[in-house]
Amino acid sequence: MHRFHSISVITSLFVFWLVLSGYFTPFLMSAGLVSCVLVVWFAHRMSVIDQEGHPLALRGGVVSYWPWLIVEIVKSAWTVSRIIMHPRLPISPTMMRVKMTQTSSVGQVMYANSITLTPGTISVAIEGDEILVHALTQAGAEDLAGGEMDRRVSTCEDRA
Amino acid sequence: MSTVIDILSMILMSVGGVFCLIGAIGVLRMPGFYTRMHAASVIDTLGATLIIIGLLLQSGFTLASGKLLILWLLIFFCSPTASHSLANAAHRRGVIPWQPDQGAKSSSKN
Repeated sequence: MHRFHSISVITSLFVFWLVLSGYFTPFLMSAGLVSCVLVVWFAHRMSVIDQEGHPLALRGGVVSYWPWLIVEIVKSAWTVSRIIMHPRLPISPTMMRVKMTQTSSVGQVMYANSITLTPGTISVAIEGDEILVHALTQAGAEDLAGGEMDRRVSTCEDRA
Repeated sequence: MSTVIDILSMILMSVGGVFCLIGAIGVLRMPGFYTRMHAASVIDTLGATLIIIGLLLQSGFTLASGKLLILWLLIFFCSPTASHSLANAAHRRGVIPWQPDQGAKSSSKN
């Protein structure tokens, strides 16, 4: 697992460098690969590389979670846009706490960031196993309190 | 074929631009601090995504598309982090969320 993780980090770094640089000559590509290997090796020796920075274990869950999240984002962005363009601005702002069932910090970050990414809800603070959320409308708050997003993030986390 | 792609990408970018405009109007119209943040999040989700998809259609299978995808991922990881720290900073400083029963006076002040 350890070796597989390192190889995955090296591959991601190399692809990232290749896309940004656009150099495809053999010398520069091998120089880039050697740099990536050295960087990961040094990072290991300094123990600054861990599962959290490169959460490879989440790859299975994320594949099914992201499409759902994108659909949710589009739906709520549309709702918020309609509220903005509504002549009377029908908002009912609420502060509330939602429970999170995630156990790992990566899962908790994923949930909190998903809440913020969805227009209409912002995670304001993390208090123990609860997130303080500000919602633009009562309906949006109730939607989130329904807990579907929480359940999906937890499923994604459990697959690891 | 390329005309179809051109028209499609033009439509996507225009719609993305409209959502950015709606977000900007929302930032101006909303009362209070947190509600304005909600309006801004329309810009960096739907607006940015549509514009990037439109640009992807223009660039086709080139390195530029790879860079655009990286840019999209960057926006999707960084914008919620930045929004959260902004909201968290406001919460810690004791910014009181706007409520409908407050008058117009406090809404312009927040």
